[in-house]
Amino acid sequence: MSSAATVIEAPRSLWSDAGYALRRNRAAMTAAIVLGVLTLLVVFGPALSPYHFDKPDWDHIAMPPTLADGHLFGTDALGRDLLSRTLQGGRMSLLVGLVSTIVSLVIGIAWGATAGFIGGRTDRIMMRIVDILYALPFMFLVILLMVLFGRQIVLIFVAIGAINWLDMARIVRGQTLGLKQREFIEAARVSGVGTGRIILRHIVPNLLGVVVIYVTLTIPQVILVESFLSFLGLGVQEPMTSWGALVSEGAQEMENAPWMLVFPSLFLALTLFCFNFLGDGLRDALDPRDRSRT
Amino acid sequence: MSALLDVAGLNVSFATRDGAVQAVRELSFSLSPGEVLGIVGESGSGKTQAALALTGLLAENGHMSGSVLFDGQQLAGLPELALADIRGARIAMIFQDPMTALNPYLTIGAQMTLVLKRHRRLRGAAALAECERLLDAVRITDARQRLRMYPHELSGGMRQRVMIATALLCRPSLLIADEPTTALDVTVQAQILALMSELRAEFGSAIILITHDLGIAAGSCDRLLVMRNGQCVEQGGIEQIFRSPRSTYTQDLLAAVPRLDAGSVRTPLPEAPALLEVSDLAVHYRVPGAGIASRHRTLRALDGVALKLVPGETLGVVGESGCGKSTLARAVLRLVAPTQGRVCLLGTDLAGLPEREVRPFRRDMQLVFQDPLAALDPRMTVRAIVAEPLGAFEAQLSDAEVTARISEALTQVGLDPAWMNRYPHQFSGGQCQRIGIARALVLKPQLLVCDEAVSALDVTVQAQIIALLLELQTQLGLAMIFIAHDLAVVRRISHRIMVMYLGRVMEMADAVSLCAAPLHPYTRALIAAVPIPDPQLERQRKRVLPTGEVPSLFAPPSGCPFRTRCSYAIERCVSEVPALRMVGNTSVACHRVGEI
Repeated sequence: MSSAATVIEAPRSLWSDAGYALRRNRAAMTAAIVLGVLTLLVVFGPALSPYHFDKPDWDHIAMPPTLADGHLFGTDALGRDLLSRTLQGGRMSLLVGLVSTIVSLVIGIAWGATAGFIGGRTDRIMMRIVDILYALPFMFLVILLMVLFGRQIVLIFVAIGAINWLDMARIVRGQTLGLKQREFIEAARVSGVGTGRIILRHIVPNLLGVVVIYVTLTIPQVILVESFLSFLGLGVQEPMTSWGALVSEGAQEMENAPWMLVFPSLFLALTLFCFNFLGDGLRDALDPRDRSRT
Repeated sequence: MSALLDVAGLNVSFATRDGAVQAVRELSFSLSPGEVLGIVGESGSGKTQAALALTGLLAENGHMSGSVLFDGQQLAGLPELALADIRGARIAMIFQDPMTALNPYLTIGAQMTLVLKRHRRLRGAAALAECERLLDAVRITDARQRLRMYPHELSGGMRQRVMIATALLCRPSLLIADEPTTALDVTVQAQILALMSELRAEFGSAIILITHDLGIAAGSCDRLLVMRNGQCVEQGGIEQIFRSPRSTYTQDLLAAVPRLDAGSVRTPLPEAPALLEVSDLAVHYRVPGAGIASRHRTLRALDGVALKLVPGETLGVVGESGCGKSTLARAVLRLVAPTQGRVCLLGTDLAGLPEREVRPFRRDMQLVFQDPLAALDPRMTVRAIVAEPLGAFEAQLSDAEVTARISEALTQVGLDPAWMNRYPHQFSGGQCQRIGIARALVLKPQLLVCDEAVSALDVTVQAQIIALLLELQTQLGLAMIFIAHDLAVVRRISHRIMVMYLGRVMEMADAVSLCAAPLHPYTRALIAAVPIPDPQLERQRKRVLPTGEVPSLFAPPSGCPFRTRCSYAIERCVSEVPALRMVGNTSVACHRVGEI
């Protein structure tokens, strides 16, 4: 095009519509802001805190929350600052949530989209593999990995990711089967576009709406699983900690030092709440049927 | 006679994110008892919203004002409960899609008795007897058995009959029918329209018939109200509107409707070497049966189809749902693999080739889809959409060259190239279809297959797209296969027309002779069923409508596929499949072609 005035008003994509709907959802926006603040706290908090998360303060052992010494959340039975530990634990929990979700996302989308789009025998074989992996007991897998490789945090990522991508693959495959019937996919085939490019250019972008929603619901689920493993003593190892591990310790000291249970639990619950609200908001925002009504 | 319904200054608006949208403005009309008022208009003209507002069925964000006087009672502002007493009892509605308007989990009898229970306090055997009587009235056979069936067990036409019967249960004085035949095949549509005019005599209800089809309005209405952008453009007697429309919009609307009995037709092209030659083409699908060990069933979507196409020629393909016209398009384009037969494009048989070897041929054959918006990826800009075929075949082009080619294609289809960064949902249906055509033409193909390419569009837009296709064809020398269920549209654009039924060719002839002197009983039935937008002609027509509906492809009739609905069928038609034979310039598949 020779004339310079080709580009006109900013395109209004489906995403911008969804963004608008999301911004109007007060619960979801509050959740997003709280999550943002939490993330900042967890990332930068430990560096700013005067107390290191695994340095005992010998003068203050199992001390209740106080303003005087800066132990805002108190200390644990070994005299470690609970605020620092909670923030450090949050780092670990969010990291587990994020990494495991990304792992399951990448494998799940690739597997599900391929199986769904190619269909036929390929689909049947790929989905039977998923079914077989589903049948593996999760705890057994974790314990087996621990026994074989020792207790490493990486193993938790691997174990959780290895289980979670199965759900993702199933959801993505179902969506792909629906998308495959759509006319624009046929239009691409008529245009001579190859299978790989159709999956990358048409299927995956159109899946993202569902995937985004699923991710916001998976992250809290993963955090919970990690907490559960840590609670059982299979998760992170001292002195490193996570919210699950902190809650576990807190539960043991519940009668002597209730603050050890209360603060990490609050953080954990708040995070889970926020993710769920955000997920609900995204689901409403990305559902076009809902949008036509507003 | 005092008016049954008197609407004055009706306004309907919707609150949306872009502010209030006015759907209906200052609409006023009145309706006498027993009268049929047609409301015509294109999509978005507010005709459905006006009808919904009358009965208080607007969506939650809708707001109405004005006066709706029904039988001396003001409906506007009436509380929901009082409205519900009137709805279904004194004002009944029939919707476009009978499948979605019926509850799939309830039997026909259960849904019908609900109405009786609510409005007439009838229950049990008495209610069922009443339902049976009404099903008889809408000419449903075996009414007693049908009452125990679920909606999915009935055919589309049958479901619409059930909807009508349900609407008539309380003998309403006003019946609002919103596009009641749009989802139906044209022969079934003619049956339903005939039924509605019979019932009108029997029940004496006034009817508001909402439709986009001027042909239907011409045949069924006493008065007509033309709407555009939420406003009434013109209203008056049916004869007056069709004979001497006052507003230019009505004139445009009438001029845009393709007609079966008038208007220009294209004459056949001279013989030339064929671009596309299809012979003995069949597509059979193997459909797994229910259960683990049950046998596969064969669905014969297409059988023994042959055709030839020369450059610059348009072949029209018509038929009702299930006739195999879309399968034909997909088999020609090798989107489905033919079970047998040959598809020769430029002398190469594509039928047996693997997909990888078909791909180079794709640049010569392109497809335009029915639903313009669905055929465009919602997450891609127009530029990316039109550039896609270029990416597949001319990957060596630089960005600037691609932009130039896209601009050229968009200009060709009458779109501003400056819009190429927009997304599909920012365009209207007609514009989306133009984008689809631009995508199909960007590679400069030789064969264009249009699968119901104008069916989803409003008549004025339809006329524009047809004009565009005709112009592009003369410009580029394209050969076209134009598939549609609307014979009048096909007649306008085609040199030759092929009529299909249950996967087989019934008749093929040039456009003029096929429409003027059809030989096959099915072609005659199709022509009889197409409404003509002329009230006088339409009411004078004597027509023989085919009985029943299109049979299932899983259980096609033996012998001639049309014999179950054909009034000329003889024993030979049951036992022997008629072969296509030439009668003059027409090829026709009927045993009795000389006799009838």
